[in-house]
Amino acid sequence: MRVRVLIRPKAGILDPQGQAVERALPALGFSGVENVHVGRLVELDVDDIAQLPSMCERLLTNPLIEDYEIVEGIASHS
Amino acid sequence: MKFGVIRFPGTCDDVDAQLAAQRVGDAELLWHRDRDLKGVDAVIVPGGFSYGDYLRAGAIARFAPVMEEVIEFANAGGLVLGICNGFQILCEAGLLPGALLINDHLKFVFRQVNLEVVDPNTPFTRECPPTLSIPVKHTTGRYYSPTPVQVVLRYAPGNNPNGSQDDIAGVVNNAGNVFGLMPHPEHAVDLLTGSEDGLRIFESIRTAVDERVKVTL
Repeated sequence: MRVRVLIRPKAGILDPQGQAVERALPALGFSGVENVHVGRLVELDVDDIAQLPSMCERLLTNPLIEDYEIVEGIASHS
Repeated sequence: MKFGVIRFPGTCDDVDAQLAAQRVGDAELLWHRDRDLKGVDAVIVPGGFSYGDYLRAGAIARFAPVMEEVIEFANAGGLVLGICNGFQILCEAGLLPGALLINDHLKFVFRQVNLEVVDPNTPFTRECPPTLSIPVKHTTGRYYSPTPVQVVLRYAPGNNPNGSQDDIAGVVNNAGNVFGLMPHPEHAVDLLTGSEDGLRIFESIRTAVDERVKVTL
């Protein structure tokens, strides 16, 4: 099954990448943008989706600084 | 005494760390795939970009075969020094608290910094004067911990190069035998390059190991 893991910086931790993007958008004329955060996306095919939380906590994310969200039902690339 | 310096694919400060350690003792390189620490008295996890820093700095290196031995060595009280990427690896491995985040200004920083030795009683700082001048060079050096930690080094006022929480530059674990820092003591071992303050850290380790040997004898 194709699965997508969305990884975000934990709330409250300074996210300078998000801030930089937030400052850059008005320079291009986009207005009304706030709370921009930059994270990571991991997509994978797995046989047993029950393994995902453990994968996330042991390798895909650092639970101290990142939150994750598992999205199922993604169309496969292959 | 003998230092062991771990070499992962992507490590780049291993030889400098070995040369620095050789100024105070013997030092040999340990390959990441080997499960053998070769009887070393202290382990150095050096700086660089282990496994390309893929996913997160240190995230893959912590699962290298040699790291199982380093964790066992640390849990048995062995002295472990993690420099820069090594610090990141030790945090990812759970040997040290906290994590390293991208610098608050998002840029690579490379400069000499002044450090305050907050705790001169660790095996890593007992030969250190109250302040040290050592270079930093990193992009992911902003220390963060949601819980209180044992701080050993702080950036002096005005010297914090990355936005680290409470100006933290180096921490030890609760047992005091695992030390991680972002500055590079192995690049400050000769006055020719501006400072030899980094040597004090290697000398501290030698003193600590020598004392342990005496106790054992």
